[in-house]
Amino acid sequence: MCLAVPGRVVEIIDGGDAAFRVGKVDFGGIRKEVNLAYVPEAEIGKYVLVHVGFAISVIDEEEAKRVFQYLEELGAVKEELGEIPQ
Amino acid sequence: MKFLSEYRDQRAAEQLAQQIWKKATRPWTIMEICGGQTHTIVKNGLEDLLPREITLVHGPGCPVCVTPIELIDKAVAIAHRPEVIFCSFGDMLRVPGSAKSLFDAKAEGADVRIVYSPLDALKLARTNPERQVVFFAVGFETTAPANAMAAWQADHDHIENFSLLVSHVLVPPAMEALLSSSNCVVQGFLAAGHVCTIMGYEEYFPIAERYKVPIVVTGFEPLDILDGILMTVSQLEEGRHEVENQYARATRREGNRPAQERIIEVFEVVNRQWRGLGEIPASGFQLRGRFQKYDANRRFPFSGEVAQESPECISGLILQGLKKPHQCPAFAVKCTPENPLGAPMVSSEGACAAYYHYGRRQNHDRQTNDRIQPELSGTPSR
Repeated sequence: MCLAVPGRVVEIIDGGDAAFRVGKVDFGGIRKEVNLAYVPEAEIGKYVLVHVGFAISVIDEEEAKRVFQYLEELGAVKEELGEIPQ
Repeated sequence: MKFLSEYRDQRAAEQLAQQIWKKATRPWTIMEICGGQTHTIVKNGLEDLLPREITLVHGPGCPVCVTPIELIDKAVAIAHRPEVIFCSFGDMLRVPGSAKSLFDAKAEGADVRIVYSPLDALKLARTNPERQVVFFAVGFETTAPANAMAAWQADHDHIENFSLLVSHVLVPPAMEALLSSSNCVVQGFLAAGHVCTIMGYEEYFPIAERYKVPIVVTGFEPLDILDGILMTVSQLEEGRHEVENQYARATRREGNRPAQERIIEVFEVVNRQWRGLGEIPASGFQLRGRFQKYDANRRFPFSGEVAQESPECISGLILQGLKKPHQCPAFAVKCTPENPLGAPMVSSEGACAAYYHYGRRQNHDRQTNDRIQPELSGTPSR
């Protein structure tokens, strides 16, 4: 039930009161209307995490790369040690 | 899909698993809190990638599983009222009450509808002013801002024919209840990423300190889980007990402030009954103040009898991580998703359903993992 899915904001519709601010979010080709009240920092082109019709977070794209950077570092170390990275 | 599929990369998963093999020198028991994480683990066979030192036990983070049986009975009774449109997330429909599920009620003619969002239920109330629309507001902290907003918008727009049957539970008090129990086996936690997206993770610092237990806020994809396990094992091996954040792409220390403000405006903290676990102090939400007029409990008084759980269901032990689903004699024999004895066999987040659907049945107490992982030196530490 705590499932949340990342999607890209493609349109923002101002609903007057911030509680009614909605946007269109693209989930790999499927577009849905999403309430944006809890992500005032959301902008068109940004990725948001959506749970039961509400965006609950804007994805930090730098942090998203962290685990891959870690694995790359591991790969570089392996190469230095003369092992072939997997 | 971006920010999703790359966290399912098999080679990267194997590399992370290799690091866990390197780190783990002693047996450690780690609990993932959230049922969504349980499903990722079981579906992807992540336990089979781990050294035998690491035991994963599955936590109580399945809102459907811990919703009290009395509340299911109440939901069924409300759904049967002719004026009511009863709306729920799909997960709740098959959960057995003491006699019936909401699905049974629907089959008997009750107007029970599955909705994706509480705002869909509110929309139904707007378009059906002659009916009473009731939403089964079940969930952890992740779902609370959505349910709070439904009540807030109903109040703002003066929609009177809408109400919420609230069964909201909170993760940190349940973790404390598990940790303070004398038979607790958990030595480290993967905290539920999306719960922390909303609430932040400052509440976990005193828990980590008091119980000397590492808590790593963890996401939901295979790489997230393995990364979270690696961070937890590193702490355990090094004798640390800190709160760390594996899921920083979606979760900040302070959480989502606008969401927290709406939650506090609409809900207050109360004691809650957890199915399988009993009452936990200050472990849930109910509507507060001017929002109590949207409480379905008040609108539809219900005098049900004290409900009985199936005596064969061991879901309480499973939700505490003391037993695994396949260790239950009824598992896959008398208890199946079609004919469940308990809620963990029904919910898409229930541990029993995960074991059933992904074939992790008897014989799956893990075999010794004999694969020798290549030794590396000079790798970056975490």
